[in-house]
Amino acid sequence: MFYREAGQFKTSYQSDQAILPIPQDRWFLFAVLLIAYVVIPTTTSEYMLQAVLIPFLVFAMAAIGLNLLLGYAGQLSLGTGGFMAVGAYMTYKMTTAWPDMNIIVVFMLSGLCAAGVGIIFGIPSLRIKGFYLAVATLAAQFFLSWMFNKVAWFYNYNPSGTITAPPRTMFGHIITGPEATAETRYMVALILVTVFALIAKNLVRGRVGRSWMAIRDMDIAAEIIGFKPYQTKLLAFAISSFYCGIAGAMTLFLWLGSVETEAFAINISFQVLFMVIIGGLGSILGSFLGAAFITLVPVLLTNTPHLLGVQMATDLQKHLEVMIFGGLIIFFLIVEPHGFARLWQIAKEKLRRWPFPY
Amino acid sequence: MNIKKLTIAGFGAVAALSGLVTTEALAQNEQFIPMLVYRTGPYAPSGIPVANGFRDYYTLVNNRDGGINGVKIAFEECETQYNTKLGVECYEKLKNSGPTGASLFNPYSTGITYQLIPKASVDKVPILSMGYGQTAAADGRVFEWVFNFPTTYWSQASGFVRYVAQQEGGIDKLKGKKIVHVYHNSAYGKEANPTLEALAEKYGFELTLLAVDHPGQEQKATWLQIRRLRPDWIFMSGWGVMNQVAIKEAAAIQFPMDHFVGNWWSGSDADVVPAGPAAAGYKSATFHGAGDQYAIHKDIIKYVYNGDYAKAKENNLGEVLYNRGVVNAMFGVEAIRTAMNKFGNKPITGEQVRWGLENLNVTDARLEQLGMKGFTRPVQVSCADHETGGPIIIQQWNGKEFNMVSEWIPTMRDVVRPMIEQTAAEYAKENNIQPRSCT
Repeated sequence: MFYREAGQFKTSYQSDQAILPIPQDRWFLFAVLLIAYVVIPTTTSEYMLQAVLIPFLVFAMAAIGLNLLLGYAGQLSLGTGGFMAVGAYMTYKMTTAWPDMNIIVVFMLSGLCAAGVGIIFGIPSLRIKGFYLAVATLAAQFFLSWMFNKVAWFYNYNPSGTITAPPRTMFGHIITGPEATAETRYMVALILVTVFALIAKNLVRGRVGRSWMAIRDMDIAAEIIGFKPYQTKLLAFAISSFYCGIAGAMTLFLWLGSVETEAFAINISFQVLFMVIIGGLGSILGSFLGAAFITLVPVLLTNTPHLLGVQMATDLQKHLEVMIFGGLIIFFLIVEPHGFARLWQIAKEKLRRWPFPY
Repeated sequence: MNIKKLTIAGFGAVAALSGLVTTEALAQNEQFIPMLVYRTGPYAPSGIPVANGFRDYYTLVNNRDGGINGVKIAFEECETQYNTKLGVECYEKLKNSGPTGASLFNPYSTGITYQLIPKASVDKVPILSMGYGQTAAADGRVFEWVFNFPTTYWSQASGFVRYVAQQEGGIDKLKGKKIVHVYHNSAYGKEANPTLEALAEKYGFELTLLAVDHPGQEQKATWLQIRRLRPDWIFMSGWGVMNQVAIKEAAAIQFPMDHFVGNWWSGSDADVVPAGPAAAGYKSATFHGAGDQYAIHKDIIKYVYNGDYAKAKENNLGEVLYNRGVVNAMFGVEAIRTAMNKFGNKPITGEQVRWGLENLNVTDARLEQLGMKGFTRPVQVSCADHETGGPIIIQQWNGKEFNMVSEWIPTMRDVVRPMIEQTAAEYAKENNIQPRSCT
């Protein structure tokens, strides 16, 4: 009834090519953005921002990065954590070396460093595929975290090997370091994620995204119709690693404030991979839904006994949380193997026919 | 309704519920102390006794004395799994609980401590990282909100070197000796390295640093290297499962156990028991007594467990890490008491607890009143010195229990303090902190 395209006519190429051609979708997105930009920062508690929403944004960024590589270009990577570490450590190195440089510029530069590293570790993808490639990228994960632990230059020779985000300001606001309020850090993260999600969405709709999908669906056919696998795959690795690098920089500067390599360990790579799989391969929206599921549900489960007023031993509570969470993952994948993005699509289809389904 | 609809509806419900997360309200006349614990995950064997020690001491104070100066303690556990990200989440959740917010945090993880140090001064919540965390925090001029008394990793490393010198028959005998430091490859494990390096240079012993990656279940390569090196002494900074594996490996290469000394996180019952009889002779540093023969334990059995000794033993009573939890809880409670004596016997804020920590003076007489005489050492904290550089003592596992085998060994303040001040100054410079004056 409310969600129906009947009677909506496209009269220009521009309106036909819009990201969201249906006005209802557009309004929905604007409403979400309005909530994210205006309602949440003014009404939410610091705990929600710091422990729930900022990690969600960081992981959404990383999941978009991995989704570009895995969902669109079809290259399986387990090096996400390593690429995030490159972003974090390079941002730290650059901002301590040149404290006056704008922190967002530093973020972008360290994203470029991560992209460079991504290209290097993407080279094996030209020869190997699938699970074999996963093993090659696993090497990136272990090599990078070993290197950041071993080479003292990366953490400015401090005795513990921990890097700490120094305070940096922009437009008169402190946006990083302990003095920055959760609201400010949330806003910076939100702006970064919005901008980069928009870029990613447009990338995958254009020539670049189509070349990735051609390679993903059948690389020989793609080569025959004129896509160079060499450039296409490495470009996918570069852009994906750029996103992961930014996510790593956000982890250090906007979320945790200080990290050691442990924060970018192999389980982060797996976590981001699960987000992409559960959210939906080849979908930008899926990256958000997957990140939301993996970061929000455990927090929700942790707080549920409290909400219900049930007194429970801490260890029992944690074990229950892990069990319920694991069960939920299995449940959702059985119900919808294509992830939340597909569920969303189905929901929209249903809504289109509501209230008279056939 | 088919299963897909159900799923969609369920998803919607979860999304709606997630907006409702709040923390419960506590009684208005209680002093709230948050507890970051790890009762699950790979570090649970170390985490459980510590958490039980804290819990039992707070319960004891409530049951025996009716609280601190009459103000009951409210405490709440939050599971961190020794994971820094979960630790930060717990911190954010608990820092504003209770009528006056969190009194102080005991993170029980060097990684989490590093996360919380910058936040503490902003949120005005003090951190008591008792014998762990960032060593440089001992400089109270830079780290106003962080306390790591009674002694630190660096002091401990210097104490270990002094102990080796005693055993070898003099500080000059250290020359040419081979010492290996086996450490957990993390911020925690690396802490002792700079001190050991400085002392190696000063006293001319040969130092080899061998890292073991998290969580430390696989150490074959490390111990092969040690077998080749044939060191005279091994010092270990391990945690969790790494400790027992290392002790088993040392036994396997027939390294003399009495020359293998752990730091105070590598010397609890859970570390030595799995290695069986081979672990006998293993030594570790500590700063409090082992066993359950002190007056404080009798009180705990009486007031917390209603005289049920078996149940108390089930809850780790008298284990090394349990005792550490008790000591740590005692310092926290005494700091709150110190602050209450100044600010009044009502729930006090983190800022006031900070004052209490800085003016904490636990004398021998006070320890006797608390039933802890000989259990731990007196401590007097000051504005500039948040560490106090207290002495360490060496305990040895005889196959059944830990016994003290040394006198209290003074640490090398002359070496350690300048290093602390230098590192703190660098930290202050990097983070634009203006060190306060302590005169």
